[in-house]
Amino acid sequence: MTASLSHPFLQVENLARIYPSPAGGDGVTVFDHVNFRIHKGEFVAVTGHSGCGKSTILNILAGLDTASTGHVFMDGREVAGPSLDRGVIFQSHALMPWLTVLENVSFAVKSRWPNWNKQKTCDHAMRYIELVGLKGAEHKKPSQLSGGMKQRVGIARAFSIEPKMLLMDEPFGALDALTRGVIQEELLKICAETQQTVFMITHDVDEAILLSDRIMLMSNGPHARIAEIVNNTLPRPRERSAIHKHPHYYPIRNHLVDFLVSRSKQFGNLRDAPDAPSSPTVFDPVDLLESAVSTEAEAGHTAPVGKPHIHLVNA
Amino acid sequence: MKTRLSLNQKSTLLSLALFGVILLVWQLATLPQAHTVAAGVDPEYAALMGGGGATAASSFPTPAAMGQTLWDKLSDPFYDNGPNDKGIGIQLAYSLVRVLGGFFLAAVVAIPLGFVIGNSRVIYQAVDPYVQVLKPISPLAWMPLALYTIKDASASSIFVIFICSLWPMLINTAHGVANVRRDWLDVSRTLEVNPLRKAFRVVLPAAAPTILAGMRISMGIAWLVIVAAEMLVGGTGIGYFVWNEWNNLSLTNVLFAILMIGVVGMALDSVFGVLSKRVAYQE
Repeated sequence: MTASLSHPFLQVENLARIYPSPAGGDGVTVFDHVNFRIHKGEFVAVTGHSGCGKSTILNILAGLDTASTGHVFMDGREVAGPSLDRGVIFQSHALMPWLTVLENVSFAVKSRWPNWNKQKTCDHAMRYIELVGLKGAEHKKPSQLSGGMKQRVGIARAFSIEPKMLLMDEPFGALDALTRGVIQEELLKICAETQQTVFMITHDVDEAILLSDRIMLMSNGPHARIAEIVNNTLPRPRERSAIHKHPHYYPIRNHLVDFLVSRSKQFGNLRDAPDAPSSPTVFDPVDLLESAVSTEAEAGHTAPVGKPHIHLVNA
Repeated sequence: MKTRLSLNQKSTLLSLALFGVILLVWQLATLPQAHTVAAGVDPEYAALMGGGGATAASSFPTPAAMGQTLWDKLSDPFYDNGPNDKGIGIQLAYSLVRVLGGFFLAAVVAIPLGFVIGNSRVIYQAVDPYVQVLKPISPLAWMPLALYTIKDASASSIFVIFICSLWPMLINTAHGVANVRRDWLDVSRTLEVNPLRKAFRVVLPAAAPTILAGMRISMGIAWLVIVAAEMLVGGTGIGYFVWNEWNNLSLTNVLFAILMIGVVGMALDSVFGVLSKRVAYQE
């Protein structure tokens, strides 16, 4: 990888989270030996089954939670507590219901630039409200908005503080499929315009392929780890209507689904084997294409063309 | 009639009908009665009991007498003819000043204290036993202590109002602050909002409906308690007025005072109803 030669923007080293057991014995290790790097402008998704600690990792990156061991460095400085440098988009949108759309975004802008006057704050907030297509709804309260519009406000709020990095915890998990598709494309556009570095949690394989440049796959907890990293070779800009026609699309998709369905469980047994890989295996679709062809020939099944949208729901 | 009545019109009509029924029952119950001396009762005893004449007016006020009193009292609410004869407006004003004084003192103490308690699990658990013991004490039980230490009747009744208003506001504020949604706090943490701004811009609006509900309960209790407190300490106020009129055996005035207590209580509650609507939010 050429990118790894440059200094990584975000570096996660040996992260682990151990919950103390109530009985006082050995605690429960949710995940350990989590290492990864994210480069500037990169969009990285992480997926895995519930309970593998994805959200905890995101919260540690956000500074809202602390790791039991390990360190997170961003831009050469260790992450210690929340910061305006990292914007967070919450699954539950987390808008303040007593404030209007404009006030919700302005609240963030005012936090970022406390010395700005009212007009400047308002103009800046309005720019991002327009960016997510909510012009005209800025004086509405969140309760008057649909789920998709609420999440758009959440996106506008996160982008308005112009963070160095964006963290998204299943941002579209609560939306219906149609709305999700529309907002995903808008997000792609905004990310491309702003060259935003993003770390996203998702349970949606198609969402991961559409949005991210690399997809990290986590094995099941306890003792979850990043088992594999898949390089998404589908070229940017990716469009929902076109990506499935690319020859790499189904190999990647099948690889991801296979991992979630079967390999994520097996990884735990392999972990302590003497020849277990110390760092996650990196998969390139070129390899995938070959392996997919060979496994297909062995197992005798065909690529599920036209298979319905698979969405592993967070249990 | 073809036009359909709206819900409001129907309920207004029903309300008026109920009022008519109440007046009718009241009128019938207080009609002058023909007294027939019951067999076996000494006629002299019957005469002593007011049964001497052919008919006797009921000693309970009739609706007409009540109407007359209402008119008289309300047309001149602020007269002052010495300590035992003041207009209803003056008496109510005394009571209201005490209630509002005690209530606002309690709010000044309870709301900041509730913020502190609600913000810290440790303090919450440490203070909880005291609150649980102090809360069920009838506020009037504090009266002797208040009179002994403060040595002033009016201030003592303000203290009693303070004590009874304190607990619902304290408990609701602590509860509201402790249960502000994690998400909103996380948002303000990621935005590096300073503690003071967080308290006023996030926690206060989030907890406001709960806090206001506590204030409303407190105000309700305060208005209940002031009547009893003024009966005890005497001098002025609506509670004292009720007791004084009972001593005068003027049931009409007692009934009038009861009505006024109800009306003022309703007005106080509706003020908080309006405020509650103002701070309410829909998630």
